Formats: sequence, structure tokens, C-alpha cells
Amino acid sequence: MKSNILQKSDSFYDIFTRKGGTQLQSTHYCPGCGHGILHKLIAEAISDFGIQDRTVLISPVGCSVFAYYYFDVGNIQSAHGRAPAVATGYKRSNPDSIMISYQGDGDLAAIGANEILQAANRGEQMTVFFVNNAIYGMTGGQMAPTTLIGQKSTTTPRGRSAQNEGFPLRMSEIIATLEAPVYVERVMLTDTKNIARTRKAVRKALSIQIEKKGFSFVEVLSPCPTGWKMTPVNSKKWITDVLSRYFEPGLKKDVSEDRQPVIQMRPQPHFDQYHELLDIKSLSDELKDIALPEIRQVNDEIKIAGFGGQGVLSLGYALANIAMGHAYQVSWLPSYGPEMRGGTANCSVKISDLRVASPIIDNPHTLVAMNKPSLKRFENDVQPGGLILYDSGLIDTAPERKDVQVMGINATEEADALGSTKAANMIMLGAYVKLRGYLSKDYILKALPLIIKNKAFTELNEKAFKRGMELAKI
Amino acid sequence: MSKVLIKGNEAVVRGALLAGCKNFFGYPITPASEIAEAAAYYFPLLGGTFLQAESEIGAINMVYGAASSPFRCMTASSSPGISLKMEGISYIAGAELPCVIIDIMRGGPGLGNIAPEQADYNQIVKGGGHGNYRLITLAPNSAQEMCDLTMLAFELSDKYRNPAVVLADGIIGQMMEPVEFPEPVQVIPERPWALKGSADSHNLVCSIELEPDRLEEHNRKLQEKYAGISRQEIRCETIHCEDAEHIFIGYGVVSRILHSVVESLRAEGIKAGLLRPITLFPFPAPQIEHFAASKKLRSFFVCELSAGQMVDDVRLAVNGRKPVHLHTRMGGNVPSVKEIVETFKASL
Ligand SMILES: Cc1ncc(C[n+]2csc(CCOP(=O)(O)OP(=O)(O)O)c2C)c(N)n1
Ligand code: SF4
Ligand SMILES: [Mg+2]
Repeated sequence: MKSNILQKSDSFYDIFTRKGGTQLQSTHYCPGCGHGILHKLIAEAISDFGIQDRTVLISPVGCSVFAYYYFDVGNIQSAHGRAPAVATGYKRSNPDSIMISYQGDGDLAAIGANEILQAANRGEQMTVFFVNNAIYGMTGGQMAPTTLIGQKSTTTPRGRSAQNEGFPLRMSEIIATLEAPVYVERVMLTDTKNIARTRKAVRKALSIQIEKKGFSFVEVLSPCPTGWKMTPVNSKKWITDVLSRYFEPGLKKDVSEDRQPVIQMRPQPHFDQYHELLDIKSLSDELKDIALPEIRQVNDEIKIAGFGGQGVLSLGYALANIAMGHAYQVSWLPSYGPEMRGGTANCSVKISDLRVASPIIDNPHTLVAMNKPSLKRFENDVQPGGLILYDSGLIDTAPERKDVQVMGINATEEADALGSTKAANMIMLGAYVKLRGYLSKDYILKALPLIIKNKAFTELNEKAFKRGMELAKI
Repeated sequence: MSKVLIKGNEAVVRGALLAGCKNFFGYPITPASEIAEAAAYYFPLLGGTFLQAESEIGAINMVYGAASSPFRCMTASSSPGISLKMEGISYIAGAELPCVIIDIMRGGPGLGNIAPEQADYNQIVKGGGHGNYRLITLAPNSAQEMCDLTMLAFELSDKYRNPAVVLADGIIGQMMEPVEFPEPVQVIPERPWALKGSADSHNLVCSIELEPDRLEEHNRKLQEKYAGISRQEIRCETIHCEDAEHIFIGYGVVSRILHSVVESLRAEGIKAGLLRPITLFPFPAPQIEHFAASKKLRSFFVCELSAGQMVDDVRLAVNGRKPVHLHTRMGGNVPSVKEIVETFKASL
């Protein structure tokens, strides 16, 4: 097998046409660069494992941005640092694929540190090949998060200092502390022995994904003669003598024996079931046998306001639903944005026989005030000739307006007497329906349990609604 | 007709799933979180993926990955999150992949607040990220359209291999209205360019092109595509515009308020009309030009929840032929009908 190592595999294109130019058989990498060697080890494994047709390789931003020139597999070129997120997106959409996130140290450990950490932590079914060359190769030799203390680069001209730039990041060790990853190893591309180790690590990492066991991560200490301003030979020696002292090669984590394959079964419901699964259930379909009163000319703009917990939003919701069931046009808008100041809740309901233009109510025709601050705040907005319904048990000062119809309903106390304060909103609903007169009582009694689905309240709501109708004496 | 009373944000998720969307990647942000929450519940029920990403950057790059697959995908966010997604959106547009992005706009700049604004117009309609690209932009003004335009966004984004954005505001997202949901889309268009994970599709998804001539050619091709979209896909609604002397222009929730403004002016005998762009890119410039050329028309009146962003496009279309007045509110404030009527009258 060893003799094969540096031969072209099926998963490599024979001619690199995507590269353009004249030299279509050599890569774009510098002499002595580690990327080319690692590419070949990966390509060989892809072919040997027979996964070429379902492999998607993510080319990062960095010198390996053009990995897709070479790999005859599915290729996505991603933004700087985002390869693990891109791989996640593809894999989740197409779980039978084999994802390879191929990244440099700037890509993975600086700009993309979050993406790799999170993908590792989720245990994404992907294989990461992390090329640590302790430098930004692509952009001309700037400092990487893995650049050693004292190491010169174009942005650390006096050498990296711990005070200014912090310490080099040991990504394998960090990833290995996480629960989810299955296999983490650091290898180096120096001599035949270590290249053989790298080859083994590449194959192991891919086979873990093929077995659907989870996330695997191989860090490869890789020469960058150009960025380091060294000869290829000296580069390898520097890895052995210096770089690998800080980034210790070896196995960091391997739980592949203990992990079971993760196979997700996804439901595939028939299209006929979609509406039901999406809770798309129309009130009028469920109540189609009930006779409805004629549509009238209605244009009510109702503001319902009170403390949070008094059920003002659900009162509005119930009312809008009921009116919609009667074939009126409706809108329901909760207090939102700057309106939400002050701990009170309110909603605006519009009911009309015509299309509702603005859903916002500046001057309500009807105000349902469930507490004092609400009455205070909205009383003067009510249109002349409008209606104010207020909880006379909780609001001791009656509305002052003389140009509107005013009715106090002792809703909260009455609801208490029926068994729960919570039904005060349904008492108000009853009062509204009675006073406005365009909605059918029979319909509402049938509709309420379908609108407010909590069965514990069905009976209570019905009683409260009826009580509200009684209390609203015209 | 069987309708369901439902919030706009919830209608988006139903619409997406009925459009055959299989993947949702998002990151929580008010006032768009409800979309992610509903997606988290419903996507898995229909055999799809929901994933809460590590950030908006993560989410949009997951979308980029999923958009390279044979299946439909989407994300949703609000203004600050959309700003973070811009690099990714540029990649998706450059690589010509389809996806749907929902932006429920909130107040800015910076952290601003969670109340409704329309100040993402420029960043969405003009592209937003780097490079010469455009986003198909749909602006719903009702819960029904939150469903319908989400579905349309999937259709257009597939048709043109371009990201499509549903640009809404917090009110349209929070408001409940009756929605009639269509039957699910059963067959989505072929995606010959997708990475299918099979021997016949060792495709490449990328936006890089080192060779200037080829990158220029790619850009020209994109511009041709956008020109085609501008010819084919404009959608706008007009109410009482035929005999109008004054045309009000606004989108999203503002168009609903303007509708009330127009009705109230008509009741006073003033010939007012409403022109509501449904697509913001492509912008209904020809429709505006048509009215700008009309002898009857005296002025345009634009209202926006921003310092005035869409108004630039209106002015380009009007091209000086008629006065264009502007009324703006910001910070989450929404103009009242009365306030607009008064400013309008002062402009006469
Ligand atoms: C958002 C963004 N920021 C910066 C760059 C510029 N850039 C390109 S490659 C690179 C560094 C790559 O270094 P590394 O990941 O170590 O890869 P190498 O070239 O060393 O293999 C940078 C900073 C970019 N393309 N995109
Ligand atoms: S700059 Fe370094 S990493 Fe990039 S190709 Fe050259 S040797 Fe390889
Ligand atoms: Mg590097």
C-alpha cells in the first residue's frame, strides 16, 4: 500500500481544468507545501472507501481555497471560517452524504473558532481536516492563532509576544475536551513514518463518519516553506524540532469503539396530512352546520386593555375568531413595541364587513377596560358615540365621558363567584356580544371550546359568557 | 372559504412548509423568534430539519450548505441579525443558489429596539453585502401575504437561482388575521446544478473567480438576470389610483395605514389613491412612471418607517415630473392616520 501513497487516485481529477492556465497537471501549491500531500491522502481514502459519489468537500478560505480544482467529488467553496456551518447545512439536508471540512489555522482557529467549536459540540456527522501551518499562507505570511511565541510573521515582525497576541491555540486539545467528538488526533507531515500515521488518521476519521458515529477531527502539522521563509527540508525539520514541541502529536480522544451509529429516522408524511400536522384547522369548517345571522354593516374598532394575566389578549383573540366565523373581516394586533410600556397588556381588534385597512386603532369605537390604568389611558381616545365597557369591581371611578355609552360590569367578582377570576374576560365577551348584537349566541357557545382549547375552562367559559350577556342590561 | 386566524410569523412557517421547504436554520432575535419557534415545532413533524445555529453567521452559512443540496431551505431573523448574515448572503447570491430569508425589521441603528421599523430597505433591496448582487424582495402587508409571499419567495428563488427575502415589520409579524392556506406544493423544480451526492453530480458551488474577464462576465450575467427579474416579476397593488390626483406610496404595515388615509380623504372628496409595492426588488418603477406621466396626478406622498429609503426609488421613477413628499417615523413609532392626513394637507 505504501507505494501508492503519492499516486493519483480516482477521486482526483486527471487534469485540473478548473485551475486554468497551462500547467494543468500540477497543483497551485508551493514546492514542499503540506496541503498537496494531505489532499492525496484524503483522495486515496475517498476512493478506497468507495464514497466518492457521496462526498462533499468544503474548500475554505486560505491556500486550500482551490481544493475543488483537484477533488472529483461534490465541492462547495465557503466563506472564511464557515466551512463547518456549511457542512452542517448540507449534511442535515442530505444525511447520506460524507462531509469533509478542510480548513487552515486562520480559518478554523481564528475567524471560524465558533463554527468549529459548535459543530464539534453538536457532534455533527462530519470529518474535519485541520491544516496547522502556524501562519496565514494565502495572504502572505501573517500571524495565525497557532503562530508560536517568538515566531516572526509579517504582522509580528518582532516575533509573537504573549503579552500582545496571547498564546498559540491548541485546537485538538480544546476539541478533545468536548463530549460529542468521537476521534481527535494530531499528526504531522514530516517524514514517511509520520505521513503514514497521517494516512491512518485520515482513514480512521472518514470511517467514523461512514459508520455514522459522529464528529472526527484530525489536526495536521503542515509545512509552509513560503510563509516560513525556509527550504522544504528545513520546514520539515522545524516541525519536528520546534512546532511539534508545542503542538504535541498523538491521539487526543478516541471513543469510536463505544459509540453507536446515530441514524435519524425522519417521518415522511403524505401531502394529505400536511394541513392536519400544521394545525391548519378552520373554525368555519368545524361549525359549518350552524346557521349564521346575515352579515350586517359593521365597523367596530375594539381596544381591549388590562393587566397581563387578565386574559385581554385571549378575549380579543376569541372575539376576532368568532367574528371571522361569522364571515366578517377581522384583524387582531397585540400591544407591541413602545406601546408595551407600563406592564399593561392590550390588543386591538377590528371587525368589519369590508376589508380591514389599517389594523392599528387610534380611536376605538369600543373600549374594554379591565383595570384602572387602562381606562385612564384610553378613555379619551374613544370615538364620540362609542362604547366603554369597564370592570366596575376593579375600577372605582367611573368613566367621565358623557358622549359615549358607558357600562360597568363587575366582571372579576362575578367570575370569582363562578369559580375562577380567569373567566372575567369571558364575562366581558358576553357583555360585548349582548350590547353590539351582531354575533350569534348559539354560534359562540359552540365555537368557544374550539377557540379556547383548554378543556378545564370549557364549562366555566360558557357560564361566564352567558353571565356577561345577562349583566349587560341595555 | 376556510380560514384560520393566525399570526403573520406563524403563517410564514406554514407557508414555507407548504412550499416544500425542508430545512430551517435560525438564531433567536425579537421580533423574529416566533418564526424559529414555530419552525422548531413543525419542521421535524414533516420530516425536515430545524437547527438553532450558533449565530446568524452560522445560520446563513448552513443555509448556503443546504441550498447546495436538492432541497429547499430558509432562515429568519431581524435587522441586526440580517446585518451579520450579509457576507453569507453575498456568497449565496454569487454562487447563484436559491434560498429564502425572512427579515422582520426592527428599530436601529445598532441594538436600537424591538419595535417596527423599515430601515432595512437599503440593506436588503440594494443588496447589502459586498458585490453587485440583488435580492428578490417581497413585502407582505397581511398575514395572508406572509404565507403567500413566503411561498412565492421559494418559487422565485428557485426560478432565478437567487436568494429571495420576505421583508416585513414587527406589526405584520405579530398581527393575527384570517389566512386561507393552499394545498402543499408537491413537486419542486429540478436542480441540475445541486450537489446530489451521486455520481452524475460532482458539481461545484462557489463564488470565486480569479480571472477578471471571467468575473466580469459572471457579473454581467447576474445583471442580465436582475434585468429579467425586473421585466417579469414586478408586483404591486393599486387602490383608487385611476382617477387619483394624489398617490400615496408605502409598503408593509404602512400601506395598511395609507389605505385608511386614502379612504378617509376620499370620504372628504379628495381624489387620493394608494400604490403599494409588493415587490421592492424588482421595484414597481414602471407603474409609478405611468402615474407620474398622468395629467391628472398632482403629487406623490411617500410614507416610511425609516428616514426615507424607498423614497429614493420613487424619486428615480418620478424623475422630477411631479412633487414627491415624504413623511417618516422612526424608532418604532407608527404614524396615525390623522397625522398623515395633516402632513399631506400641509403639503398641498
Ligand atoms: C472575511 C475574510 N477575512 C479575511 C480574508 C482574507 N484571508 C484570506 S486567506 C486568510 C488566511 C488564511 O490562513 P489559513 O486559514 O491559515 O490558511 P493557509 O493559507 O495558511 O492554508 C485570510 C485572512 C477573507 N478572505 N475573508
Ligand atoms: S503559502 Fe504555504 S500553505 Fe500556501 S501553498 Fe505556499 S507553502 Fe502551501
Ligand atoms: Mg495557515
